[in-house]
This record gives sequence, structure tokens and C-alpha cells, in this order.
Amino acid sequence: MCLIGQILMDKTKLTPARILVSFVTAGVILGALGIYEPIYKYGKAGASVPLPGFGYALAKGAIKDVEKYGLIGAFTGGLKATAAGVSAAIFFGYIMALVSKPRTKK
Amino acid sequence: MEKKAEKNISNDFSKMVNEKNPESTLLKDCILAFVIGGLICDVGQFFMNLFLSYGVSNDDIGYYVAAIMVFLGAFLTGIGVYDDIAKYAGAGTVVPITGFANSIVAPAMEFKNEGYVFGIGGKMFVIAGPVLVYGVSSSVIVGLIYYFLMR
Repeated sequence: MCLIGQILMDKTKLTPARILVSFVTAGVILGALGIYEPIYKYGKAGASVPLPGFGYALAKGAIKDVEKYGLIGAFTGGLKATAAGVSAAIFFGYIMALVSKPRTKK
Repeated sequence: MEKKAEKNISNDFSKMVNEKNPESTLLKDCILAFVIGGLICDVGQFFMNLFLSYGVSNDDIGYYVAAIMVFLGAFLTGIGVYDDIAKYAGAGTVVPITGFANSIVAPAMEFKNEGYVFGIGGKMFVIAGPVLVYGVSSSVIVGLIYYFLMR
């Protein structure tokens, strides 16, 4: 997976940000088409830790909630499934940014 | 005239870039990215097995692993280790979710002196924002398509 990313990065000179975006979107599409499921079963964390896994979780969450709650599920599902990752990223990111440089007071 | 000169310069530049970037770095970069990306996923797998042995259900396991990996990514970025690894690993550190955490913490640290609200709070999402925008938007589209297909 990271191999594909590196090839993309070297060959097309895309910025990491665009790689991130395209990988997440690719994960959503693969997840929606049901292609990512077997990869996930086979690769376990090897498939869930890279960003396509994030996209896969988004797609899976959306589909699951549509089944459960109908139309509104399309809007609630994706973020619900990735809430832990996103909240953790925001929270830890903020904390680390706070403590990583010498504090202004004292 | 100026346009032409500019074009010449940019041509020369891309030639130079190509000369400095022989095929062999692609192979080397790929191997490094593969190994380090794989190691990061191994760490994820380790935590996955750990939590499974504590009896966390299969559906929830993804949340735990994601949270742990994000924390590790943020922590390593905070103490400056992650960027050192990233120099060698290239996409190996960008593609895993730890890279997502890195993309949040790094600009937040960088722009800290611009203040706590617009500096840290705003710049945190310089890279992560687009990821969330496109990721969430496409998941909503998937959900909508699924809804109308299933009716």
C-alpha cells in the first residue's frame, strides 16, 4: 500500500496532501464497491492503518447507517465510523502542539 | 519575451530535476516506503491483537487501533522523531493513519506563534481538512447512492 503511495509520490510529484486526499477517496470508492473488504480480511491492520482503510471505514459506516436509519444514515454514518480516529487526531494533535514547544509562561 | 525565458528556465529546471532523480532512487524509496510502512502496520497489528486478547469486539477494534496509532503519530511528531523517519520513508510514513496525525500536528506546531485560535486551531487542518472534506463528502455520496439503489 505504501509502495503505491511512494510510486505515486515519486512519479507524479504530487504533494503528500494530495496523496492523502486521493488515498482516502480511493478507500471510500473501493469500500463502496466491496473490493476493500477482502483486502481488509486478509491484511488486517495492514489494511486498516493506511489511509484507504480510513476511507473504507467512512464508506462502510455510511452504508451501515443507511441500512439502519435510512436516508439520514448517509450523513451520519461516515463520521460516526471514523469518529474515534478523527477525534483522537484533533485531541492528541492539539495537546502535542501545546506541549511540544517551550511554553510562553515561565 | 519574458514568458519564453521563463519557460526556458522551467525546462532547464525540470531537466536538472530529472538528472538528479535517477530511476534507482525510485526503487530505493519504494523499498524504504514498503518496509517502514509495513512496520507501522505491524505496530497496528500488534495493538489489534493486544486489544482482541482483552476481549474487544471485532467491530470496535478499528476504533481502538485508529486512536492508538493516531496518538503514536502525534506523539512522535511532537518529539520530532516522526519527521526524521519521514525523511527516509517518504510515503511509508504519509500513507498510514500516523501520517494523518503528523499532518495535523506538524503545521499546528509550526504556526503556534500565530496564536492559539488561528495558529494552532486553524492551521491544524491545513492538510487534514481537505482529507476530511473529500473523505466525508465521498462517503455521503456513497451512502446516498446506496440508499437509492436499495429502495
